[in-house]
Amino acid sequence: MSFLEVKNLHVEVEDKKILNGLTLSAEKGQVAAIMGPNGSGKSTLAYVLAGKDNYKVTEGEVLLNGENILEMSPDERAAKGVFLAFQYPVEVPGVATMTFLRTALNAQRKTRGEAEVSTPEFMKLVRDTANHLGISQEMLRRAVNVGFSGGEKKRNEILQMAVLQPNLAVLDETDSGLDIDALKIVADGVNRLRSPERSMVVITHYQRLLNYIVPDVVHVLANGRVVKSGGKELALELEAKGYAQFQGEAA
Amino acid sequence: MSADVRAMKTPAEQALSSAFAATRCKLPGKGAVVALRDDAFRRFDASGLPHRRIEEWKYTDLRALMREAKPLAEPVGSKGVVPALSGVEASRIAIVNGRYEPGWSNIDDPGIVLSELFAFAGEETDYRLGNAPGKDDIAVSLNTAFMTGGVALRIKKGARVSKPIQLAHIFSGAAAATYPRCIVVVEKGAQLTLIESFDGPSGADYQVNSVLELVIGEGAQVDHVKVGSDGDAALRISTLGVTVDAKANYRDFAFTTGGAVVRNQTFVRFVREGTEASISGATLIKGRQHVDNTLVIEHAAGGCTSRERFRSVLDGESHSIFQGKIIVEPHAQKTDAKMASHALLLSDEAEADNKPELEIFADDVQCGHGATAGALDSSLKFYLMSRGIPEKQAEALLIQAFVGEAIEEVANEGIRESLMQAAINWLNTRG
Repeated sequence: MSFLEVKNLHVEVEDKKILNGLTLSAEKGQVAAIMGPNGSGKSTLAYVLAGKDNYKVTEGEVLLNGENILEMSPDERAAKGVFLAFQYPVEVPGVATMTFLRTALNAQRKTRGEAEVSTPEFMKLVRDTANHLGISQEMLRRAVNVGFSGGEKKRNEILQMAVLQPNLAVLDETDSGLDIDALKIVADGVNRLRSPERSMVVITHYQRLLNYIVPDVVHVLANGRVVKSGGKELALELEAKGYAQFQGEAA
Repeated sequence: MSADVRAMKTPAEQALSSAFAATRCKLPGKGAVVALRDDAFRRFDASGLPHRRIEEWKYTDLRALMREAKPLAEPVGSKGVVPALSGVEASRIAIVNGRYEPGWSNIDDPGIVLSELFAFAGEETDYRLGNAPGKDDIAVSLNTAFMTGGVALRIKKGARVSKPIQLAHIFSGAAAATYPRCIVVVEKGAQLTLIESFDGPSGADYQVNSVLELVIGEGAQVDHVKVGSDGDAALRISTLGVTVDAKANYRDFAFTTGGAVVRNQTFVRFVREGTEASISGATLIKGRQHVDNTLVIEHAAGGCTSRERFRSVLDGESHSIFQGKIIVEPHAQKTDAKMASHALLLSDEAEADNKPELEIFADDVQCGHGATAGALDSSLKFYLMSRGIPEKQAEALLIQAFVGEAIEEVANEGIRESLMQAAINWLNTRG
């Protein structure tokens, strides 16, 4: 059995069917890339995994480590190790980044029956990771994402991921809106988190990100299901030929 | 027409009339004070309790909300009542059931002259009681007619009062009415942090009608923080009338969590140029609480900056009102006034009314206002929950952040932290 198993998933958003029997698996220690054209259901998959409401699952299941997570609230899933790096991270006025990180980490630990993290340990973890990601102390004191540039918000997502140490990390178009330097910093941050204990699902529109985060497997999504899977060379093929072939096939 | 209205006096209005007739001669103060009381009562009697057809009182219809007028409270001492912010280091002046309690008060700063209200009113001073902005308001008239006691504080020219001074209004005993009146004169260049707190037991439908006249001298710096943590059945109307001289720095914050019906009225008049003012507040209410923050800001001199920022959090069937009127007089050029009020509704039954009004008679000014009312942002809540924060905790964090942005306006760190803690305690009782 795979670490993550998505089986025959059908999802509607506001009565519009987005996922049509999506089946997918991901393994610990691997990076799976999910590629596909606009509207193919990539972001919907990410939100359904994280547990956003208004996404109605009409059929199918999602097993994490053999456990169905669809009935769990978003915070319960997070405590089980699910993490979503948002395509558009929201600004949270009035909540300092450090407070947010610490509250989240301790809430997860509490749900798992673990002790709260000690202050020095927490400070060191955040400071070291922030340094790697080029996040200043000043940014950490500010409210979460408030006044951050697009690139800063994406780096902040990776910082959260590094602090929370998920075992299933879903990155939703983390490359969108990044210039090449910011992309390298973010990809470097992600690569540092690759681990035999962690499964990563990298959702992207373009092959570019996969030059920096090299995937183990590539899945192509069209019309709400996986239409092709392959190795990393599949991404290059898509870059050359485009998605038209799959859209035609699925329609 | 007015004869018809008078014929329909409510039981509360009738009780107030009889009470005035019966106590007029016994109430403290001589000469000018008696004349002031008589004149004020005539004005009250002519209009009766304010009701919804009086625009300023549209949302707080006292004729309907004040079913009966309680008898004047007896002096009882202050046993067993702990005022708000008791953890903050401050010099305290107790005003128990509308009377100054010298035995319980501790003022030792040489920069302060403290007098009992009527002793002060009997002295030859250049300050005349009853002339603060808001003096024509009906609730103020009622306070003037019945005022039972209070204090007058003078902060001497250039004095820097190190510790905050707390006017601790405490209600104790069986349900009754109190009419405390205080005067604070902050002379030129002086500095003061003034706390005004209101406390009383839950379950008693006591009534408080308080007035504070605040005079801020040239270049003075005043932080006024009003904390309302009354008992759950209390009806309180608190008026603040402020006159601000040139180049002063005035900050005001009203924090309300208690009381069944509360109205904070703030009348501010900038009489000379160059003053900066920040008038803000936070209200956290639930159940059937009704809290009204009404401001009238008069820019009577040019070149003053005022910022009004109010936030309320409403649960249950509670009702918050923000009325903010900014008046810019014709010669008050270069006025910069901005007002914002935001309400966070935690239940479908809660109601928030925002009524901003700008009356601008000068042509070279910057004025604006904004108001919002809405539920917690579900995308923010999802973001927090997706990081492992359970729903209730995520909501609490967001609510805390919402009011925290208002409480940030309080300059004194100790008071700010106490208010933040009070907000957190309120959230914890939400369950």
